[in-house]
This record gives sequence, C-alpha cells and structure tokens, in this order.
Amino acid sequence: MQTVDLDAVPLRDLNARLHDPAQVGRIADWRVLHPKGRHNIAVGLDAPVTVRIDGHVGYYCAGMNQHATVEVSGHAGVGLAENMMSGRVVVHGNASQSAGATAHGGLLVIHGDAAARCAISLKGADIVVRGSVGPMSAFMAQAGRLLVCGDAGDGLGDSLYEAVLYVAGRVKGLGADCVEQPMEDADRASVAELLAAAGLDDVDPAGFRRYGSARELYTFKIENVGAY
Amino acid sequence: MSHDDTAPPRLDAVWGQRESHLFDRHTIHEIHRAAREGMYRIRGFGAKRRLPHFDDLVFLGASISRYPLEGYREKCDTTVTLGTRYARKPITLQTPVTIAGMSFGSLSGPAKEALGRGANEVGTSTTTGDGGMTDEERTHSKTLVYQVLPSRYGMNPRHLRMADAIEVVVGQGAKPGGGGMLLGQKISDRVAEMRTLPKGIDQRSACRHPDWTGPDDLAIKIQELREITDWEKPIYVKIGATRTYYDVMLCVKAGADVIVLDGMQGGTGATQDVFIEHVGIPTLPAVRQAVEALQELDMHRTVQLIVSGGIRTGADVAKALAMGADAVAIGSAALIALGDNHPSLADAYRRMGTVPGLFEDWQAGNDPAGITTQDPDQYTRLDPAVAGHRLANYLRVLTLETQTLARACGKSHVHNMEPEDLRALTVEAAAMAGVPLAGTDWIPGRM
Ligand SMILES: Cc1cc2nc3c(=O)[nH]c(=O)nc-3n(C[C@H](O)[C@H](O)[C@H](O)COP(=O)(O)O)c2cc1C
Repeated sequence: MQTVDLDAVPLRDLNARLHDPAQVGRIADWRVLHPKGRHNIAVGLDAPVTVRIDGHVGYYCAGMNQHATVEVSGHAGVGLAENMMSGRVVVHGNASQSAGATAHGGLLVIHGDAAARCAISLKGADIVVRGSVGPMSAFMAQAGRLLVCGDAGDGLGDSLYEAVLYVAGRVKGLGADCVEQPMEDADRASVAELLAAAGLDDVDPAGFRRYGSARELYTFKIENVGAY
Repeated sequence: MSHDDTAPPRLDAVWGQRESHLFDRHTIHEIHRAAREGMYRIRGFGAKRRLPHFDDLVFLGASISRYPLEGYREKCDTTVTLGTRYARKPITLQTPVTIAGMSFGSLSGPAKEALGRGANEVGTSTTTGDGGMTDEERTHSKTLVYQVLPSRYGMNPRHLRMADAIEVVVGQGAKPGGGGMLLGQKISDRVAEMRTLPKGIDQRSACRHPDWTGPDDLAIKIQELREITDWEKPIYVKIGATRTYYDVMLCVKAGADVIVLDGMQGGTGATQDVFIEHVGIPTLPAVRQAVEALQELDMHRTVQLIVSGGIRTGADVAKALAMGADAVAIGSAALIALGDNHPSLADAYRRMGTVPGLFEDWQAGNDPAGITTQDPDQYTRLDPAVAGHRLANYLRVLTLETQTLARACGKSHVHNMEPEDLRALTVEAAAMAGVPLAGTDWIPGRM
C-alpha cells in the first residue's frame, strides 16, 4: 500500500506516479489523502491498481480510466469517470453533473445521487446510481446501461440511441424519442447483474422499468420537426 | 402563322427583362426545392457568396526604404514551432501550412491516408476529426493532432497518448454553435462501429461538450488532458470566428498552447446551407481580432495562432502570417489537391447533375473522386500515394509562394512579415484587417 498526501505532494506527481509502469507494476494499492475537492485526481490510469481516495474530489476524477479501480469516500465533482474505458469507479457520496459522460466501458457506481446529465453520450459503460439522477440524464446515450434505483429528472434519455435505461422510482419526464419499453427476461437479468456488480444487495430487482429509444429520430424527416 | 410555344423567346424580349438581385435564379430554385422537399439544404464546401477576404489586401514589397532578399539565394525560414507555452514536447513543422481536422467518416480511409502522406512529404501535420483516429492516419502521418470534440466519437485515451498534439474543438467556422452531421449514406459498418452508432442513421453530433461549459470549466478540462498525457503534448483549442477578441482571450486564460481560428469561409463535410452562409465572421477580421487579443495579453507568439477558412494560395498564407498568425490550416484546398472537382471527372459529375467546379455534395457519400465517400467502389479509385504526392506538390507551392512574398518584403523568416507590409484595396478590408487603405494612411475606425 502506497499513501500519497495531496497536501504534501503536487497532483502532477501523483498522476505521474500512477501512470508510471514501474510504480504501478510494483504497487497495486494506493491511498490518496486530503483530496480537498482538487480536480483531475487519478485521471488517465491504465493499470489494474486500486486507488482509494479519502474525501471529496473535484472535476473529472478517474477521467478516461482503464483497468483501475478508483474509490472515492466522499462526493465527486463534474465529469466523474468521464470517457472511462474499463475498470471500476465507485463514489460513496453524490456526484455532480455529467457523471460517466461518454464512458465506453467499465462500471461506475454512485451510492448517493447524481446531478444533471448523468450518462450523457454514454458509449457502452454501465452506470449504477443508488439514489436519483438529475434532468437530461442519458442525453444522446449511444450504448451501455444506466440503472437508477431512485428517481429520474426531466428529459430522461433525450435523443437516445441504443443505450438502455432502468429506473426503479419516478421518472419526471421523458426526452424526445425516449419511450418506456417492456421488461423482458433479458432485462430482468441485466438489472440483477448490475445490482450484483455494484454490490447493492438491498435493492429489489423487481421494481425497475425499462426505457429505450423509439428510433423515430434516427433519420432526418420533416414530420419530426416538432421534436428537434 | 401559328404561335410556337417551344421556341425560345426572342433575345430582345429577354434583354428587356431584368434578373432580380433579391430573387435571383438560385434563390428561386431554392424556394422551389424547399417547397418540394420540405427540408433544409445540407451540403459540404464552405460559404460561396462573396466576402471580404485576403484578396482585398496587397503587399507593398520592398524598394528604397526597405530592401528585398534574393530569391532562392538568401534564406527565408518557414519553420514553425507550436506548443511552446506549456507542452514538454512542442511540435516543429517545416512549413506554416497544416492540414485541418477532417473526420474519417466524412472522408474515406484512402483520403485520410493521402493527407498523411502529403503532409509527411513536406514536414507538416494532419488532424483527426469527429470520428476518432484511424490506423491509416496514425501510420501515415508523422505529426498527428487528435481532436477532442463534443461528440467524443471514438475518444480513447490510448489515441490521446499516441497523438503528437491535442485539439479541443469548440467550434468550426462553417457552423459556430452547431454540432457535427454525418448522413446515413456515409455511416458504413466501420464508421458506425468507430462512433458506436447504428449503421445508416443520420448522425447528429452534440454542439456542446458533454462535461464542460464556459472558460473556467475549459481550464480544468485542459488540465485533465495535460495530466492524462503527463504534460507532454501541445493543447490546441479550435474556435469558429464569432466574438473572436473575447474568445481568444478566454482560450489564453483557459491555458491553451495554440489557438486554431476558423473563419466563416471554412469548409465543412456536411452542414445546413443557412448555417454556412449566415453564421460567423469572415477570416479577415477574425485574424486581426485574435492577434489584438493576444497582443493585449502579451501572449502573441507565446500562444501560437493557426488560422483557417478560405486559404487557397501562398498569397493567402502570407497575408494571414503578416497579420500575425503563426500558421494556417487548409481543408477544402487539400481535398481539391487530392483530386476533388477535377475536370477529368466531368462525365461522372454530369451523371450526378453537376459539373467540375460546382460539386459541393460532400455530405452525400457519392463522390467520383473517392474522397468524401465510404463506398468501396468509389474510394478504391483514390490512390493514396498518387493523391498524397499531389497534395505535397501543392503544399510546396504554397510554401514557395509564401517565401517569395516574404523575401519581396525583405523578411528572412515568414514570421517577420507584419501588418505594415500590407495595404487594403477596399474600405471594408481596411477596417476589418486594420491596415491602411492603399494610397492613404486611413484605417477606418482608428481615427
Ligand atoms: C470534409 C470536411 C470535414 C471536416 N470535418 C471536421 C471535423 O471533423 N472537425 C473539425 O473541427 N473541423 C472539420 N472540418 C473543418 C476543417 O477542419 C477546417 O476548419 C476547414 O476546412 C477550413 O477551411 P477551408 O476548408 O476553407 O480550408 C471539416 C471540413 C471538411 C471540408
């Protein structure tokens, strides 16, 4: 276990060490102290290490993560795990806007709530939110799954492509081209799998509804002008 | 004698009629087309109407008060270094002409390869686009700039690390405030997979970045890209020309190494015609405003400026540099050098209802030159080695022309040309470029 205190070590050194094949090859467990809302902590990791951050983080924590597990004990700022490719990012508090934006792969777990635009332009990753998500979540989401145990704000799944959304609570409103779809066996299996992967064994997998794209806006048609 | 309805009207009758400036034949055709199709026009190419441009400027050249340099004998340096502000590994180009970002998707694989080959031959860079990095371009471009766009199609940290520089795209001159477009005909299996989209859909990209808005966020985004790449790579920010003075200041504040400024003439693969022709300001005034902002912040030449939008000749390059740009980028001209709109394709163009010189349907995916298409029958007609060499020749001509003009002004480096070397031919150009109207000391708006 390697401990790095951000009150004593510049952020640039922390990230450089986490990118250094020699160091991450040798040390599998890292702990970061006093993050104090700093931006860009543990970005661009590309090794199967575990980084535990004690406290709150600012923008883009674990951005573009590959292979690593990053765990934040506090809250996270804008763009948490943006464009993640693989690995696992877990936040015990809440996450600000655009959590998991454009993420291509891996699993993002938010134990609190996520603000607006969670899973925006999602490109294949799985996102599990224990609480609720804000408005315009999964905007233009292309692939991957978003599972929300609480409620979803207005405009859920606006201009959705092929991503699939599961929500247990109330959906304030659906965005353009997003519709409720029947839960099939495969969906029930998906929900159970996501909950298990996130370690949420206290959530009832039975209560989720599925939302997906009606695919009406996939081609430019003048009849759709009201939706644009 | 019976009246013949099919006979052409007599000339004196036609001459007696007057074409409306307001409702010219193109306008009338567009109204008919809209009435028939119920859809706005989406097309490629850049603004087609006449706009104030570098043509409205001339160089003074040297005579008694300044002396010129000998052509070919006295050196006129053309090297440009980009990214000196923060990057650990700035890039150096042998010519001040770079290849602008054009996506694989809008362009074919062989076209991207040809751009790389041409750029390599003369020691300049190419740029990815709204569709990610392909092997063709990474393999064939020695210096490759990787775009980070609102859509983030194919965005991949591995590619970020493989790039020589990173360009955060905020906007494009053809459509400041608009997102990318790629019509279904061009979403082949490969393009769909790279963009994580269903095949054949009409793709609408986002116009705002998904995880930042405004200059304060942009500063953090730039820091993130630097942290991910260990502060190695120059970071560019590309903007369409609008509120250029302020945008350039905000780019500097946000920590850009290089600013790419694209004027309203800038080409596009696919954009609404109404956007192309009516949004943004021309390249000419934008360059002046950008340079003023950089000078105001004491950042001119520290943060480098790349200008694009309607660069065709060495004269355009030289004038942009004299106004204070560090380099230029070309899009449309590069495609033309590869063979777009070539007279040898006249028959194919005629079958498509157009003629060489007017073809603008780069959005449609049907391109006899094999450049703006994803159809294997078409793109296999483009030989990347031959087309790349044509581009290299063209880039050499641009460089030589630029040097010729610089030497005529007595300058041993193309960056030594200055606004003082320029005069304007029109009052508009004088006001926009901030150089005196030829034969006067008058810069409208200055006194
Ligand atoms: C076919 C084509 C595709 C383009 N794709 C992109 C793109 O993906 N990203 C981008 O920032 N600009 C794109 N552009 C704009 C160019 O980068 C550049 O700004 C413009 O072509 C410069 O103007 P010029 O064509 O007059 O040289 C594209 C332009 C063309 C012609």
